[in-house]
Amino acid sequence: MKKLLTVTLLGAALVAGSAQARDYDTVRFGVDVPYEPMEYRTPEGELTGFDIELGNALCAEIGIECEWIVQGWDGIIPGLMSRKYDAIMSSMTINEERREQVLFSDPYFTPPSAWFVPADSNIDMPAKETLEGKNIGVQRGTLQDNYVSDMYGEIADVNRYATADDMVLDMEAGRLDAVFLDFPVGKSTLLDSEDGNYKVVGSMITEPKSYFGDGFGIAFRKRDEDLASKFNEALATLKENGTYDEIFNKYFSNKK
Amino acid sequence: MEQLNIWFTNLLADNTIFNAQTLEYYAEGLATTVQLVFLSLVIGLVMAVPLAIARGSRRKWIKMPIFFYTYIFRGTPLLIQLYIIYYGVVFIDGIQDTWLWLILEEPFYPALIAFTLNTAAYTTEIFHGAIKATSKGEIEAARAYGMSRGLMMRRIILPSAFRRALPAYGNEVIFMLHASAIASVVTIMDLTGAARLVYARYYAPFDAFLFVAMLYLCLTFAILYLFRYLEKRMLAHLRPQS
Repeated sequence: MKKLLTVTLLGAALVAGSAQARDYDTVRFGVDVPYEPMEYRTPEGELTGFDIELGNALCAEIGIECEWIVQGWDGIIPGLMSRKYDAIMSSMTINEERREQVLFSDPYFTPPSAWFVPADSNIDMPAKETLEGKNIGVQRGTLQDNYVSDMYGEIADVNRYATADDMVLDMEAGRLDAVFLDFPVGKSTLLDSEDGNYKVVGSMITEPKSYFGDGFGIAFRKRDEDLASKFNEALATLKENGTYDEIFNKYFSNKK
Repeated sequence: MEQLNIWFTNLLADNTIFNAQTLEYYAEGLATTVQLVFLSLVIGLVMAVPLAIARGSRRKWIKMPIFFYTYIFRGTPLLIQLYIIYYGVVFIDGIQDTWLWLILEEPFYPALIAFTLNTAAYTTEIFHGAIKATSKGEIEAARAYGMSRGLMMRRIILPSAFRRALPAYGNEVIFMLHASAIASVVTIMDLTGAARLVYARYYAPFDAFLFVAMLYLCLTFAILYLFRYLEKRMLAHLRPQS
């Protein structure tokens, strides 16, 4: 008897809960452009980028419509609260301050860092043996600095630069054997540069979390728990069926 | 004593910044700073003496290039000079294939070159001024004794000029120590570099920089003390006799 009562009550609570939350046919995303390669416009003016493509794929998986609304970064959380849009997918790093205001999905992305070396370098894999005694460049005070200092500080010479530009200059000068950089920054400054002759060795590095952080999440209003869990499920599916990797490789591949 | 011990232990109880690792950074930074400053001062001094004598020459083609050199190095910020020597030289085509690159590849030597040239320029002017200020009576007396120019320079002018230059040179040494703080912009881990590393690691600017400021103060104190001792000995003849 008691059990039956509990189940009934639970069921009632569930019905009441779902009645309270809105059912969405269309989800409007707030996004701040440009922030290449996460979100930007093509020369034709169309929105594209990793966030946009992943967002559209998630909506398709859930079976709802996606709309993108451009909003400046300053007002992006207030815009969510005032129902200008229903979610934010704009390279937003998950942190405690924001968690007090919004509900985050599971992290969908951590900005990868990567090792860049000259094309003719004999470092084929970043490891203690190959980097021993080498000159490694990092930007001072960044998470890459902390990672390299702790992992390789004992065995290699870590050179710390004030800006990424100084570091790239010294790489071109031949003073550095390898640099550890945010992948998008390294791609635009080293891989895509005119006379640069560099390559990435090893894979994209996003772990451990203590260095690289929680990554980016989709932000929802706190009451939209249903919507958030739908997106979490869809994200897990996309990661499983390879769609996620496909989009990831489109924007973050080693190839020039 | 025991109370002091307890007080000290409590003081350091929740300290996470000054651990063995960071103290090692500071110690290495201290060694690098002292090395860099000491070497550039010694080389700069050795360069400055002949330059100061030649700077006072009556021949234009000797005097002018040295004036030009001191003008350039005293007229531009040391930071700019360091940037030019460290980053600028890279743009000379093919420099990586010459023996010069062996020197310029490590950040230490470009910094040493910049600091040396800078301090040599200032020291040249300090000595030049001191030589010029030699009282004409001393020179006339030396001439009356039939001394040659070389002998006069060695026995009369330089000894008294060095003594006169001592307080100004002491200042230059301290300035050089403080100017060396910019070495960290070319990745050298000097004292300031160590402080910046600790700051970036623990987000504790106050502790990191206060500690390094105290180390600089200690170094300055040692320099001050040395020069005070030297002045006391070398300038004894100028003090009023009691």
